[in-house]
Amino acid sequence: MARNAKPINNAAGIAAATFVVAAVLLAFVGIGLRVETFSGLGPAEWQAIRFTILQSLLSAFLSCVLAIPVARALARRRFWGRAFLITLLGAPFILPVIVAMLGLLAVFGRSGALNDILAMLGISKISIYGLQGVVLAHVFFNLPLAIRLLVHGWQGVPAERFRLSAQLGFGRGMMFRLIELPLLMRILPGAFALIFVICLTSFAVALTLGGGPRATTVELAIYQAFRFDFNLGRAALLSLVQLFVAGGAAVLAFWLVPSISFGGGMDRMQRRWDGQVRGARVLDGAFIFIAASFLTLPLLAILTSGLRGMLEVPLIVWSSAWTSLWVALISVLVLLGTALPMAGWIATSRNGSVEVIGLLGLSVSPLMIGTGWFILIYPIANPTDWALPVTIAVNALMALPFALRILVPSIRETIQTYGRLSSALGISGFAMWRCVLWPRSRPQIGFAAGLTAALSIGDLGVIALFGDPDRSTLPLQMYRLMGSYRTDAAAGAALILLVLAFGLFWIMDYWGRRNAIA
Amino acid sequence: MLSLNKIQVTQGTFELKAHFDVNAEQNVAVVGPSGAGKSTLVGAICGFIDLSAGLVMLHGHDITQAQPDARDMAMLFQDNNLFPHLTIAQNVGLGIRPALRLTGDEVGQVNDALVRVGLTDFGTRKPSELSGGQQSRAALARALVQSKSWMILDEPFAALGPALRAEMLDLVAEVAAENKAGVMMVTHAPEDARRISDSVIFVADGVAHGPQATTGLLDNPPPALKAYLG
Amino acid sequence: MKYLTFAAGVLTASSAFAESHAQPVLTVYAGDYFTSEWGPGPVIEKGFEETCGCDLQFSTGDLVPRLLLEGERTKADVVIGLTSDVTAKARTTGLFAPHGQDNSALTLPIEWTDETFLPFNYGHTAFIYNETTMATPPASFDALLAMPDDVKIVIQDPRTSLSGLALVLWVDAIYGDKSADVWAQLAPKILTVTKDWSSSYGLFTDGEADMVLSYTTSPAYHMFAEDDFTKKAAIFPQGHYFMVETVAKITGTDVPELADAFMSYVMSEAFQTVIPTANWSLPSALPTDQWPEGWAQLPLPEKVLFYSEEESTAVQEKAIETWRATLSQ
Repeated sequence: MARNAKPINNAAGIAAATFVVAAVLLAFVGIGLRVETFSGLGPAEWQAIRFTILQSLLSAFLSCVLAIPVARALARRRFWGRAFLITLLGAPFILPVIVAMLGLLAVFGRSGALNDILAMLGISKISIYGLQGVVLAHVFFNLPLAIRLLVHGWQGVPAERFRLSAQLGFGRGMMFRLIELPLLMRILPGAFALIFVICLTSFAVALTLGGGPRATTVELAIYQAFRFDFNLGRAALLSLVQLFVAGGAAVLAFWLVPSISFGGGMDRMQRRWDGQVRGARVLDGAFIFIAASFLTLPLLAILTSGLRGMLEVPLIVWSSAWTSLWVALISVLVLLGTALPMAGWIATSRNGSVEVIGLLGLSVSPLMIGTGWFILIYPIANPTDWALPVTIAVNALMALPFALRILVPSIRETIQTYGRLSSALGISGFAMWRCVLWPRSRPQIGFAAGLTAALSIGDLGVIALFGDPDRSTLPLQMYRLMGSYRTDAAAGAALILLVLAFGLFWIMDYWGRRNAIA
Repeated sequence: MLSLNKIQVTQGTFELKAHFDVNAEQNVAVVGPSGAGKSTLVGAICGFIDLSAGLVMLHGHDITQAQPDARDMAMLFQDNNLFPHLTIAQNVGLGIRPALRLTGDEVGQVNDALVRVGLTDFGTRKPSELSGGQQSRAALARALVQSKSWMILDEPFAALGPALRAEMLDLVAEVAAENKAGVMMVTHAPEDARRISDSVIFVADGVAHGPQATTGLLDNPPPALKAYLG
Repeated sequence: MKYLTFAAGVLTASSAFAESHAQPVLTVYAGDYFTSEWGPGPVIEKGFEETCGCDLQFSTGDLVPRLLLEGERTKADVVIGLTSDVTAKARTTGLFAPHGQDNSALTLPIEWTDETFLPFNYGHTAFIYNETTMATPPASFDALLAMPDDVKIVIQDPRTSLSGLALVLWVDAIYGDKSADVWAQLAPKILTVTKDWSSSYGLFTDGEADMVLSYTTSPAYHMFAEDDFTKKAAIFPQGHYFMVETVAKITGTDVPELADAFMSYVMSEAFQTVIPTANWSLPSALPTDQWPEGWAQLPLPEKVLFYSEEESTAVQEKAIETWRATLSQ
């Protein structure tokens, strides 16, 4: 491509990236203004850091390793409901954390279904509380992600290679060494790093399932330092530590993760001749069944307890659901407005590593961002008026790294294929987006939008600090119900949250996939 | 007139030199062995590849730095000539303006072009519904509405069978002549050149030689060309 | 079109005129639970607005962090919901004025001398159990410690929850230097530590835990709102830790008469009788014979333990650290 023939104007992309960096920097500036004492990190904080890293490593490792047999089984088996199961695999990841926890406890808790079954069989109960609980919850959220990445990779192997291996009579061992191992080496390191970062910044899971103060995460420590001690210095320092560790892992994730595309093509199956042996079939079936149960039973639990509680749900929950809905939709718009130009810029850059900017939002605690902005806004305007806009901006920031990872490969490919044609016809700038890039990336845009909407619905956000008593989001109402003894109503609200989150995700993903052009 | 003034194109270790003029409304074929740089030459003329030295001039103006769409040229590629998600009419319409909504007059222009290339009533279909030959016609229709003074073709009919290719070549020559446009066509089949081209540019060993009359050149080829023709 | 804009202009002008002659606004900062539909907020707002001829507006969110961040530019006139354990920190803002009410009118089990922070309700920490699953509840704190390890309790983290902090201070008040041993004995029985009270209580009502660290008033909710008499509080003779929520006036308020009126309103019967059923806690200035139906019969501790602000500040950090260190083993 000639130097001066640029298919898209990168000014918008650079502007978007600058906005992202500025938003995060501003937050730190705001906090820096109010840091009074600069205390170091005490033993409690170091414990938090150690535990955070440990549980992230374990969770990421287990998610990846457990994904392998399940992904292999899914990639080579055809069965009724396969497409639905693969879509359902997206659910745990987008589930609001508080809702998912209720479901997990219902199944794995002390009085949960599993322990009931074990008691009937005469086996002693297992306890979910402790490091194992935290890892379990994280695996619940991230195993589907790992599975989806691997299945897609498996399906990307050219059909010819399978035909060749069938013709040459490859046994299990050869199959693994020559086809599967290279695939795993290509995808797993990146998947591991990505899941590591996600677990690193996890918040609500740790304390309830952790069993005690041993299981404190850095994010939780930041929350404590800020809301209860009001020690901004310590909170800021912990934030920097988190940024450093998560940011470092994020950079690694970026370098190692190859082009992932989540949407489209998941239904295509190659003809395969391996695994025809009876034993393999049974094993595959078992893996799929176990994985599906693990991931869907908690959802069922939420469904049943939620239905029971629906009658108790007060009217205000519905209006806050409405608030959450349009906040999520606007978050999607803001995200697309930021991610699309940035993705365009990254796709046409010589050095695609600028994508790491998108990961800033994931590595920094949303509480710190909210606080920093609060400090800056307060002298100028009433923060209450800004509660929802700030929530929207933070939602977009959180979803940005995922959106970029989804959009960049597709845009890059489109430009490679149709760049010259567009250039010859004088299609550039906005026309390029409208006529070429947007239509050709619809599946990816739909998926990214759906992901953002679902994550936004379930996010408690920074609204607690900015406090607007009249307009509240659904998660906040759920917390209020839980805080007033009304656990049944809270379960009902949780169900509404689940339906909204998954519903939005499915609608947008479907919109994208339905209009995908071959 | 299209002038290549001591141009040099460097891609890695490969270097291509050219220095010649092509008169307006000429029909020129670009032939040469595989890898000689035919597509490179044409890419440089269209503005997709930068020159490391020299100037490209058209109608007396220096267009070396001009964007591809700002040069007075319409281009047909080997593949990916049409956007699969747009209708034929929309694809052709892009030649008038890079937008998807056209005025009444412009729609008329599109329809006329489609009729001219034999694709009447194909406007509402999508490229995937058309055969290879029909897709080439659609691309030609777009080149028609672009109304540029040069049509540059980079082996756009390579995937068509002999009869169909001959038909398309004739159509190209007719359409170009009607619109007083010059044609520069990259082809690996000398028969194509004989069929419609006035002159031939032979590219080999890093040099694109100036246009020479077709029959003359092909009947009495210099050694390098002879080796290629067999 | 012109008439439309003219009409619009007149309307806005007249409404602005009306606004400036409208009611004065009293801004009350409150904790988040306060203004939920089923909390005390709406009832209090209605009751006060009837008497004051003003507009009471709540602003919810974290109380102390907001005040510390906003400083003197705070828009708050009154702050309600500061518990006794955070008043020390709140005081450092220097924003509060004396409450001007008579402390002797309070009906608290302890003597209240603070002139700045006025209690409007109180409660005690207590372990709540379910009668149907626990036939013989512990009769004292020592008995609690001696329970078999398969009885599971859920508590809150003192670093993120006020009730969690109250528990730590409770243990310190009873056992002092022996706190570490107490935690060591309690540790195997602790199912988990949650971030806040609502998660803990949810675990208890779901049946995950046998006992939960909550308030002596928790059974009242189940009795009066759900007709459920199975949840009970274990009352210990060694005493329970006293928790109180206060209301205070901001010095820089632009509506000082309204703020004072609100403070008096807090002490009034109208306000106090609403507290039990709207807030599920005990009124601070209402004699027991005037409590709502059934509340006076609620089992409450005889002995009440309490750390004053200075005492609390002095022991807090060490007590929390002991808790953390012992439980982390």
